[in-house]
Formats: sequence, structure tokens, C-alpha cells
Amino acid sequence: MTAETTTSQSEQVVTDGFEPQILCFACNWCSYAGADLAGVSRIQYPPNIRIIRVMCSGRIDPTFVVKAFHEGIDGVVICGCHIGDCHYIDGNHKTARRIPLLKKLLGQLGIEEERVRLAWVSASEGDRFASVVTETTEQIRRLGPFKPFGDVRHA
Amino acid sequence: MDEPRIGVFVCHCGKNIGGYVDVPSVVEYAKGLPDVAYSEHNLYTCSDEGVTSIKRRIEEHDLNRVVVASCTPRTHEPLFRSACVEAGLNKYLFEFVNIRDQCSWVHMRLPKEATEKAKALVRMGVAKARLLEPLEEIDIDVAPSCLVIGAGVAGMTAALNLANQGFDIHLVEEREELGGLLRGLHKLFTGEQDATELIAPLIDQVSTHEHITTHLSSKVREVKGFIGNFDVTLDHGQQQSTIQVSTIIVAVGADEFKPAGQYGYGEMADVLTQLELEARMKEGAVGAKDVVMINCVGARVPERPYCSRFCCLTAIKNAVLIKENDPNANVWILHRDLMTYGVEFEDYYRRAMELGVRFVRYGLDSPPEVIGNGAVQSVSVYHQLLGKQVELASDMVVLTTPLIPRADNIETSQMLKVPLSSEGFFLEAHLKLQPVEFATDGIYIAGSARWPVEAAEAVFQACAASAKASAPMKRGYVRPEAVTSSVNEDVCGGCGICVSMCPYAAMQMRTEDGVRIAHSITALCKGCGTCGAACPSGAISMSHFTDEQIMAQIEAVLA
Repeated sequence: MTAETTTSQSEQVVTDGFEPQILCFACNWCSYAGADLAGVSRIQYPPNIRIIRVMCSGRIDPTFVVKAFHEGIDGVVICGCHIGDCHYIDGNHKTARRIPLLKKLLGQLGIEEERVRLAWVSASEGDRFASVVTETTEQIRRLGPFKPFGDVRHA
Repeated sequence: MDEPRIGVFVCHCGKNIGGYVDVPSVVEYAKGLPDVAYSEHNLYTCSDEGVTSIKRRIEEHDLNRVVVASCTPRTHEPLFRSACVEAGLNKYLFEFVNIRDQCSWVHMRLPKEATEKAKALVRMGVAKARLLEPLEEIDIDVAPSCLVIGAGVAGMTAALNLANQGFDIHLVEEREELGGLLRGLHKLFTGEQDATELIAPLIDQVSTHEHITTHLSSKVREVKGFIGNFDVTLDHGQQQSTIQVSTIIVAVGADEFKPAGQYGYGEMADVLTQLELEARMKEGAVGAKDVVMINCVGARVPERPYCSRFCCLTAIKNAVLIKENDPNANVWILHRDLMTYGVEFEDYYRRAMELGVRFVRYGLDSPPEVIGNGAVQSVSVYHQLLGKQVELASDMVVLTTPLIPRADNIETSQMLKVPLSSEGFFLEAHLKLQPVEFATDGIYIAGSARWPVEAAEAVFQACAASAKASAPMKRGYVRPEAVTSSVNEDVCGGCGICVSMCPYAAMQMRTEDGVRIAHSITALCKGCGTCGAACPSGAISMSHFTDEQIMAQIEAVLA
């Protein structure tokens, strides 16, 4: 199998010109390694994502996500080890509680919850990482650019 | 720290990056980023040539931060860090930017976008590099001393293994004699070895060993500190004493479940548990002709769902012994499922059947009934194969009960700051990756304190735990993570949320001058940062992944 044959179609999606900026937080032990594996496997995904490495998804302070939107980033993906696989025993359990709560809060601020995605990606799931990125990119493309507090008066 | 002077080294990785990303344009871009004093591209930054270049440029351009944009920190960070160290920079002043695995390789058909992304990733890396701080790695001495709690077969085996390597062992046993649960056992399956034959030599060696101090009729009252520095208070009943140890092995064992009120236990004289039967056998005769054993009493039931692992074999063993001693005796084993795992145990089961032990399966919905008035007369059970209720004449009923967690496990776990499972047994860090070790450094576990095990497994685990405990003691030191949390005491509100977050007991509350403040025990911290994410006051800082550094990266995502 050559590199080219594994190319997915998703990166070629034609849009009306809007290319979202997406930030991804990846834990060092599982998800960052999963992202590396996607590369080693030459799985192609949209180039809209920028990864920030943290040691554990438990490190991701919800304010980081808020900060990302404040900066005008259109979507945020939070990746951690699957439940039960956390290098730090149960850091991801805390993430699993914090992020849904954050999404609720964002919703109340008029920020679409769909702009934030929490996904468990193991070190062996390069394909999964790529599909998480592809799906999220498509989702944010559909949502359009992030408009700060756009719909807050209707919330 | 001086003003940042950052060097950015962008790697072609042959064609792996250079074939898809316009590397020279990334270098030109990097040169325009704040605090970047120098930038170059290398065919392979990881080659001798590349590494030499990093070292030379640090010197030539007086660089005090280094960014390499190439592959992944997972494989190459140690190499580039050591290049920095050789050039006199602290290794934490290095930042990795991944433009291969997470850029060129995944955007092979989009060279323009890949180049833009590489620039953004370098921009984010530089933004973090500007805020990097040097970190110190401090070694903690680990003296060759260990506390073993519990002197059953697991505790004694662990103590001997360590003592034979020359480590000084304090063996604490709450009873007045060594030996634990095995003292009460008659014979062990499958070899029918006398339990005394196993533990008597152990007891002898332990009590005479020059490196083992035994504390009988004693309990551990308090444990403070961390690996290399545990201060332990022992309670000897009348007086207390304190000892200092470097490591701790928990081998407190477990208790047999006493099924009060079930199947006439406690009401009829000849309804016993297996352990009580063992005691009788040890003294001589069983004193019964028609023995009915009921397995899974109090085990694999809704209130106690776990399997105690060895009790099927205990029942089979005792049944075999009764039959061998008196072939005319009738022995029935009423069971729900038989767990005779492995090679030997299945043979043992067959042997029991050949000897005439009869096995009847019952369901949880139709449990057997013990009939009698003060003394056992019979046991009535629904025979699933015959499809009818049968009544078995009986003059002794033996209830096979599980091992249950000791009542003081909660107290012990709080004292050591190690977790218990939902069943109440001690919980190791990871079943496969870190068995017999707790997440807290320097504390290990063996035997039935972890979950019910038979004697052989208790010995395996003791060997494993003592091998694990010996490693830091042999080395003489541990080097904890340099990436750790620290608390700004002026900002800490003393809420204690961080304490509940930390899986390593590294966050501890202290009261000073009547003010509660969190403290980070650097030696225990593993650097995950979950405390920092939870701190409502923003008092906790995670080195190398500080809020400021991450915020700067986020700000740099968009140009």
C-alpha cells in the first residue's frame, strides 16, 4: 500500500472558502502518540488542526478552551486516553466530567456546544485520530466561523 | 533569566518533511518571530551534523532556548535535550515542534496548507519557548530499609527476599505470632502438603534473620512522608515507637467471611466454615460420616459479586481428604460453578470425582436448605440434572465462604494514601502495567490484601513486590519528575480540591498559623497537572506546562 492510496477524500471537501481554525489538546501518552501514528500510517486528514501537547488530558483547564474561543479559534478538540488507560490513573475521568460541564456553560453563553469535542484516542488509534479530526473539521465547517457571543441574547 | 534568545532548527527529514513543506520558507518565517535570534534548516537535524550544529549555534549566537521543528518528541526529545545540555543549557529550555508526523505526513497532497501549518506550529512552539524555565532534577536518597505490614506467608516471603539482599526489614504483625491465615490451615492443595511445612521454615528464618526486626502484637498507627522518607509510628499496645523506612509492602491479608444466620451457621453445631473444618482436621478426626459442602456462600451474590478464587479448590481438597481418610464417608459438594483453573486443578477435580465425591449444581434462585434442629439432619437441594428436589442425609455441613477485606483496610488505606477497590481490597496502580505497586511511589502490595489468593499466588506476589521494592533501595536514590506542580501559597484558598484530585497523594493540606494551605510533595508528583486544572484560585502552577505557556501557545495559533 503506497502512501497515496490511503489518502482520504475528506481533505478535498470543497467549501465556500471558510476554513476553520481548530485547536487540539492531546495527552502525551495516548492521543499525541495516536496522532503520531496517523502520520506514520500516512493517513491524510484536513490541515485545519493545531495540536498542543499536554501531559494528561486532566491538565486541560476549561479556561484554555474559553481562551481559544476568545482568540477566535473556531473549534476545540480535547483528546485523552480511553477510560481505564490513563497514564496518571484517572486524569481522564476528571476530563470526562469537566468537558461536558464546560459545554453546558458554553451553550449558555451562546457558543455552540458542537464546537467542542471530547474524544478518547489511544496510541494505537491513528485511524481514529484522523477520523476525529476529519469529522470535527467538517462539523465546524458546517457551523461556520465562530462569532463571539453571537446568540447570547437568545440563550 | 536573561532575555530569551531562541534558536529554531527546522528539519527536512530528507524528503519526509522537505518533500511536502517548504522548509526554507518556514526558516525565513521563524526568523521574524519574537525573540528568535537564529534559525536554520538541516537535512537531518538528528544527524551528527545537525546535533553538532545545534551545539555550535547555541555558542555562536548565545542562544538560551532551542526549538527543533522535526519529528516527534516521543522519539527524539532526549537527543535534542542532551545536545542542549552538552552546550550548557538546561534541558527544559528545549521545545519540540512536530511538523512531520502531525503535519507533512498527514497533508501530503496539500503542500501549501502544510507549509502554513508548519509555520503556525513553529509560531506556537516559539511562543512557548519564550516562557520556558530551567528545571532542576533533584535525587532523593532511598536508604535500604523496608516496612512489611503483615506476617502471613506473603509478608514473610517478601521480608525474607529483601532481608537476604541485605535490606533492613521491619515486619509488623498484629497477632502475637508469625504465620497469618496459614497457621489455621491443615493441608494445602494440590500436593496436600502440610501448611505447617510451608510456614514453619519461613517463621524460623524470619525470626532469626539478622536483617529482620519483627514487631508482634503491633499495629502501624501512623505513616508520614514519601519514598525514601517514611516516618512510621508503631503501636505495641502499651507503648509506641517510631521507625524510619524507605519503602513499604502491604501484606495485611484478608479475613474469612463468617456467614452468620445463613444455612444454620451459628445455630447448629455441625455447620462450619471451611477454615473451621481445617482446624478440626488439623486436630485429627472430622467426626462426620455424611458431609455436605455448600460453595459460594456469600460469594458471587449481589452484595458481594466477586469470586474468591481458591474456595472451590479448598472444598475439593477437603472433600478428597475426607474420602481418603474414610472411603465410606459420603461427601457432597453443592456448587454454583466450579472454578478449577489451570492444569493441576482440573486433574484434582477429576480425582475427587473418582474418589466418589459427588457434585451437585444449584442455582442462586433455589439455594440449598439445611434441615435440623440444633444438629444437622439433612440438606435439601434442587438437583438441576434430575430436575427435582433431593434430600441428602447429613451430619455436617461445611460452608465455603470467600475471603473478605479486613475491616481496618479503610484506615490503613487512608494512612498510606493508597486506594481500595469497590470491594474494599487494596488496588494496585495497574493490573498489567504496574501490578503489586501502588501509584504512590515506594508502596507495594502482595497477597490477599489485594484480592483473595491461594498460598502459591501469595508467594508469587510477595516475590514480585519485594523485587519491585528492592529496585530503588538497591539504586540508593530516586529521581522524581522535574515537571511537577507547585503552590503559590499567597494565592491558595485552602479549599483542598487539589488534594481530592491528585491520584498520588502529592497534594497535602497543612495548617500553618491557623491557615489551611495546600502543599505539593515534589517527590510524589508525577506532573499530570490535573490539580492545576482544578484549582479555582489559580494557585497551582505546573512546571513546563504552565498556564502562561499554554495560553501563549493558544494565542499563537492564529498569527
